[in-house]
Amino acid sequence: MTNHWIDLKNSDCILIMGSNAAENHPISFKYVTQAMENGATLINVDPRFTRTSARADIYTALRSGTDIAFLGGMIKYILDNHLYNHEYTAEYTNAGFIVGKAFGFNDGLFSGYRKNDDEGPSTGSYDKSTWAFEMDANGVPKIDRALKHDRCVFQLMKKHYERYDLETVSRITGTSKQDLLTVYKTYSATGKKGQAGTIMYAMGWTQHTVGTQMIRTMAMIQLMLGNMGIAGGGVNALRGESNVQGSTDHCLLWHIWPGYLKTPRSSNDSLDAYNQAYTPVSNDPLSANWWQNYPKYSVSLLKAFFGDAATKNNRFGYNWLPKVDDGEVYSWFDLFDAMYKDNIKGFFAWGQNPACSGSNASKIREALGKLDWMVNTNIFDNETGSFWKGPGMDPSKIGTEVFLLPAAVSVEKEGSITNSGRWMQWRYQGPKPLGNSMPDGDIIMRLGHKIKDLYQSSGVFADPIINLKWDYETHGDFDAHKAAKAINGTFTQDTTIKDKVYKKGTLVPSFAFLQADGSTASGNWLYCNSYTEKGNMAARRSDKDAPNNIGLYPEFAWCWPVNRRIIYNRASVDLKGQPWDEKDWVIRYEGEVDDGKYVSGKWVGDVPDGGWFPMQNPDGTRRTDSRHPFIMRKHGHGQIFGPGRADGPFPEHYEPLECPVEKNYLSSVMVNPTAVVYNTKADGHATCDPRFPFVGTTYRVSEHWQTGLMTRPQEWLMELQPNMFVEMSEELAKLRGIQNGERVKVASMRGALEATAIVTKRFKPFQIGPATVHQVGIPWHFGWRWPETGTEETANLLTPPAGDPNTRIPETKAFMVNVTKL
Amino acid sequence: MKLNRRDFMKISGVTAAGIAVSGLGFDLKPVKAHAGLLKTQYAKETTTICCYCAVGCGAIVHTSRRGDGRVINIEGDPDHVINRGSLCSKGSSLKQLVENDRRLTEPMYRAPFSDKWEKVSWEWALSTIAQRVKKTRDNSFEKINAARQVVNRTTRIASIGSAAMDNEECWIYQALMRSLGLVYIEHQARI
Repeated sequence: MTNHWIDLKNSDCILIMGSNAAENHPISFKYVTQAMENGATLINVDPRFTRTSARADIYTALRSGTDIAFLGGMIKYILDNHLYNHEYTAEYTNAGFIVGKAFGFNDGLFSGYRKNDDEGPSTGSYDKSTWAFEMDANGVPKIDRALKHDRCVFQLMKKHYERYDLETVSRITGTSKQDLLTVYKTYSATGKKGQAGTIMYAMGWTQHTVGTQMIRTMAMIQLMLGNMGIAGGGVNALRGESNVQGSTDHCLLWHIWPGYLKTPRSSNDSLDAYNQAYTPVSNDPLSANWWQNYPKYSVSLLKAFFGDAATKNNRFGYNWLPKVDDGEVYSWFDLFDAMYKDNIKGFFAWGQNPACSGSNASKIREALGKLDWMVNTNIFDNETGSFWKGPGMDPSKIGTEVFLLPAAVSVEKEGSITNSGRWMQWRYQGPKPLGNSMPDGDIIMRLGHKIKDLYQSSGVFADPIINLKWDYETHGDFDAHKAAKAINGTFTQDTTIKDKVYKKGTLVPSFAFLQADGSTASGNWLYCNSYTEKGNMAARRSDKDAPNNIGLYPEFAWCWPVNRRIIYNRASVDLKGQPWDEKDWVIRYEGEVDDGKYVSGKWVGDVPDGGWFPMQNPDGTRRTDSRHPFIMRKHGHGQIFGPGRADGPFPEHYEPLECPVEKNYLSSVMVNPTAVVYNTKADGHATCDPRFPFVGTTYRVSEHWQTGLMTRPQEWLMELQPNMFVEMSEELAKLRGIQNGERVKVASMRGALEATAIVTKRFKPFQIGPATVHQVGIPWHFGWRWPETGTEETANLLTPPAGDPNTRIPETKAFMVNVTKL
Repeated sequence: MKLNRRDFMKISGVTAAGIAVSGLGFDLKPVKAHAGLLKTQYAKETTTICCYCAVGCGAIVHTSRRGDGRVINIEGDPDHVINRGSLCSKGSSLKQLVENDRRLTEPMYRAPFSDKWEKVSWEWALSTIAQRVKKTRDNSFEKINAARQVVNRTTRIASIGSAAMDNEECWIYQALMRSLGLVYIEHQARI
């Protein structure tokens, strides 16, 4: 989230789309409701009428996977009716940037497209060179802040979305023109200064072959309406796991190192080459270009990995860490594809249950049987650890050795987690771990010691293992405080910064103090400032609000970066540093003025995105010592044009890989031409196949969580939601002769499962062009291990082997199924 | 007198108990008093953050100081600025996650082609895993790739997980995996 949970209360219009917050993030509704009590409008767009819809002022349905068409229509509406915040759009976004002459878009394809004729999984890619901005003689982007130039982003956007008229959008989404207009009109009203609109989305947007671009479409709308950086605004991803924000920040992901640094590619053959490759250069003196500090963060990270063993002479151990091949991808899908193809022999499934959580889970279950060994750490026995005795498995034919390690529950250990609003919060130990279970931290430390011991005598390339700093213990037990301090960072030698001496071992006050010469170590620059000489910031509990009184609670827990509660907050003020919204202001500049110019002053309110002077003086003259507000972007501007994306600089509607229509009404390109699609015999997909005539989608219920492993073994929750079900419209039930409560079969190209039919008015058939399209929905919380009947299975037996080209997140929100009586 | 919400709840709770006598026809006072003792006098009180979704709601854990040292009760934390004491259905049943007979309490091992789990010791499990890691890693370690570039990795071992771990655990976990040369490192955020 760019903002945070409590801040939802400051909104004037809340759009919930691609999420069912009332059901899946129930306490968020404390603040949605508060906003509504203060007059905010709640809009909900979802294929199904949900618990969120039940609370909404405006609800309408769309067919799964058509969100870009829906939102593209909103962009057109905003532009046609001049509802954008002109000053914000022109000054803070790249709307005025001039794009090169070679850029083009024709019938669903941007310039530079290359189809991939190999077997995949990538179906195609773009040479992005024609998407580049035109630069002036100093190497600064050419900008027309009047937004008139025919090749400026604003005009190109206008042209791109001209095609997204109400008629076409309605035909694609199945949403009535009247409903589209109501949503567009209501939400666009937040473009007015002093009005805040926010978006709450979740996996309903990420899990598509066009997932990234769905989110980008909304981000573009938020930028045009001036909703980024303000209270009650932002782009808010409702993350689904208690620490998925923290685990992402610490980068348990193939492509990034802690703090969103890049995993080195094989061509980054030295630390210098690596730093050079990922440190952006801007020639614009008004661009903060924050990532110019990259080498300070990467070297400090290497110092955290290897401690004293990381020296200038060995380039801080850079080559001890693994490199990935240029152009190759090692994501979830690719990992299990490699395992299925017998290329992975050892596997850690740590606190995760891929036998139920992965799309096309049958392939994953089969792949687990090809391993030599698997380590499965969990609280409960589960479908992954016990895969060898699962449905259709013959243990006597499965050679995988499995170690099932019992982990402690969260309340049995101490440490921090980071919520969706980026708040790092400390938790304490209540009881000791049950039986012989152990906190993950202890299991990891002990395993690390065992491995290090083995390599002391001999082993291939033992240096990184032997030199790994591994002292996060007190009296032999894992010490979360020690690890938290290492993540924050320490000075590795006596260091003088701005005339102040920081002794060796002192905790680094914030990332502005990190150095690229090895004099600081920090496990994650983004968390530098979280555990300082002032104490454990995450453990703070003060309920005193900030002076703007908008619910920031700056001394409750800690939030990255540097306790800034609303990021991009320098876009919440006008060029002179005064808030767009006087009532719910985030920051404001209080300056001493002489002859119409600021001579000194300070920002008050939230921690600002940098302490520079405002862009303009009170007399309207521009300052040369300020910085554009989007400090993490190379050019300092919010990106309406996104030339870094794999599938185009503007979002374009494409159909899901499996869809019920034979035609894309916007172009002749059916499916995202850069989507990833897997092709082993365990994969497979079907479009417009009469065997699978209905759209399927997955979701969650309040009483269960993810694969259900932490809820299915519980009595109360199982009583509330005892089994797998499929929701369908009364019309579809009639068509299939299915009664409410009856057990039915739901099948896709990949597999089939049993479910209890819920015949409901919550689903209605869609009219898509000439066709009536039915959609059904299934939760993904079940699996054969619990309940012990073994009859309830995961929705992921049905979901497709395809994903988004930017993230490779699977398309589990739109696929084709059949539903029949048993 | 300045009362925070929890003080207020304690006081109003006592008042409510008095009224309850007439309303229910029996005296709840002894039960209330006993429950109060369980929570305050004989229990350790710790704060936690719910382990399900990422709203980050606060809860209070009461752990027995006597007897088995297990959890007596978990409830919403009224002083937590996000949830102010509220919890959803999952958060409200947190105790059943902790105090659950189905939890794993011993390391278990399944031998190749076996049809059963065997209970093993931590010492044996971790030593054996370390040996498996070393064998697979050393047999597959690539110092250079096909293009003769230095890569220092193994693609024969993979890891997934976990968003269920604390930040500090996530950090040391990724450090260990990366020091071993793993490149297939993924978790919940990808799906």
